[in-house]
Amino acid sequence: MTTLYSLSALSPGQSATVQALHVDSGFQFRLNALGFRIGKPLELIRIAPFNGPLHIKLGNTEVMLRRQDAANIEVLM
Amino acid sequence: MKRIALIGMPNAGKSTLFNRMSGASAKVANWPGVTVDLLSAKLLIAGQMAELVDLPGIYDLHGFSDDEQVVRHFLCNNSIDLVLIVANATQVDRQLTLALQLKSLGLPAVLLLNMADEAKQQGITINAQQLGEELGYPATLLSAKYGQGYAETYKLIESELQKSEAMPTLSLENDFAVDQAVEDKLEQIIRHSVDVPVQAGHSTTEKIDKVMLHPWLGLPLFFGIMFLMFQAVYTLGAPLQDSVAWLLEGFRDIALAPLLSGLPTLLNSFLLEGVFDGVATVASFVPVIILFFLFMAIIEDSGYLSRAAFLMDALMTKMGLDGRSFVMLLMGFGCNVPALMGTRTMRSRGLRLLTMMVIPFSLCSARLQVFVFMTTALFAPSQAPLVLFSLYMMTFATVIITALLFKGQFNSQEPFALELPPYRFPTTRQMLLRGWHEIRHFLRRATKFITLGVVLVWILTHMPFGVEPASAASWSGWIGEFMSPILSPAGINPELTVALIFGFVAKEIVIGALAVIYGLEGSSLMQGIAQQIDWVQAYSFMLFTLIYTPCLATVATLRAEAKSAWYTALSLAWPMTLAWTISTGFYQTARYLGY
Repeated sequence: MTTLYSLSALSPGQSATVQALHVDSGFQFRLNALGFRIGKPLELIRIAPFNGPLHIKLGNTEVMLRRQDAANIEVLM
Repeated sequence: MKRIALIGMPNAGKSTLFNRMSGASAKVANWPGVTVDLLSAKLLIAGQMAELVDLPGIYDLHGFSDDEQVVRHFLCNNSIDLVLIVANATQVDRQLTLALQLKSLGLPAVLLLNMADEAKQQGITINAQQLGEELGYPATLLSAKYGQGYAETYKLIESELQKSEAMPTLSLENDFAVDQAVEDKLEQIIRHSVDVPVQAGHSTTEKIDKVMLHPWLGLPLFFGIMFLMFQAVYTLGAPLQDSVAWLLEGFRDIALAPLLSGLPTLLNSFLLEGVFDGVATVASFVPVIILFFLFMAIIEDSGYLSRAAFLMDALMTKMGLDGRSFVMLLMGFGCNVPALMGTRTMRSRGLRLLTMMVIPFSLCSARLQVFVFMTTALFAPSQAPLVLFSLYMMTFATVIITALLFKGQFNSQEPFALELPPYRFPTTRQMLLRGWHEIRHFLRRATKFITLGVVLVWILTHMPFGVEPASAASWSGWIGEFMSPILSPAGINPELTVALIFGFVAKEIVIGALAVIYGLEGSSLMQGIAQQIDWVQAYSFMLFTLIYTPCLATVATLRAEAKSAWYTALSLAWPMTLAWTISTGFYQTARYLGY
């Protein structure tokens, strides 16, 4: 059974696949270039101190992403 | 002449390849249609001269950041014979996008799959030939850092360059229309020619990150590392500076002074106490600077800076800045100018202007020379590194004050994502190249500003004819006297005032100017200053030097990047006000407390 979540709802160590990017086209180019594509698996590695950005691993790329931006990425778990 | 352009994503190793191809001959140059300077080098390739241009690292040809626009404008306004697409082989699955986008523009190119060594370590196999065939560009694997595959790459570039005909400049921005087919093509090529093991991880990087990015330990470790680095620069650098100063002093006394003794007094004084003392004092700090940049090179190339952005982003957000701003502040410890240019990756103007507003507070390597000089002169060797560190902390304090005060003016809601590359260690070659680059940078500044600066200081201190040098009767004395109502509350005497005025041009001139003003050099100059001022005055002077204004080159960059006279005026007036307030506040408080 799989469910849709926002990426910001994941806990460290959890994995999911990218389902949709609800962001403006400029940021979408950047996310695509960093490897955020529909169907791509990712893993949340850790969250920075003081409720800071998320540390995400996509394939061979590691990325930091702010919580409010991660909230606009839908993932399937 | 043929023209070759280097294009690649950030962290693809583009600059490493550029350095390998160009040796140390790179020059900064202007380009049509592009408002910023780009690095370029001339090289003899395939029997003819070709120009190699290093374009800024970009993620996407359609992107909206200034860097991405620079690349687009460059491609639109300059004819190009060959594009070298540099891609990180370990991330070819996403970095190929750029190659596909260039392909759809019809540009002649070769694909260079860099970091082949890392890909091999991780068990990633790439069939470069097949990938190239499907892509429609010849492709080859190499490691620009260690040189494997470089000879083959060079041959490939040679043969492609001979074949290629200059592409007429792309006429329309419309050529860059988004091509959805790119994505599907990408998946297909990767499936056919790249094999990535299921568990391909940077296990070493993961282990290091567990400690370095630890929720509680991460930040203390960051500041600990910084402290150790500055401690090392000071502990290793101060004796080096001392030896070079001693050598130059010896040269002066044994060779130069007798040689010039036949000259008229005034000319002798001009050459010996003006030009030589001034420039030699500045030159003695070159080892400190080289040492500093060796450490910076290790930290920059290691991939730790983006971790610093990760750790600090939440705190920076509260000040209206972000993790990138923090990284640029750290880059500013080297030199403020490239740090200001680094803000081009920010799309939001508010964020960019606020970041550019705080970067000039970054204690750059030129100011470091002044501080190493002053701390060595006035503090015990055990205290000096701590004093130095306190000035670095002062950078952060002024940044916080400034950002909090101005964040209302420069608002931003820019989304922010940043790559965290695996940890790497620079090769000796890379570090030596960096050291050499800094020496060259210094020599360029020395011939331009520093010599001119010390000559002017000499004139001010020795005119009108016949006055006691730097006395109240000299021109510099007049200026110092005139400024004294403003600066004496901060404990800054007329001599230091004159040095500060010239520090506006370049901070290196400050110590050069002090040498000329006091008519002393090397260790005797330090003793001379220590006799005249105490540590409270020295610290107040250092605070002022840190904050009041960056150098002329930084102001010029600030103006060029912000394209606003009002903003430039603000970024001059505010630090001046802050410097006076903090220095005076410190000086008066310390005196009140009885120091």
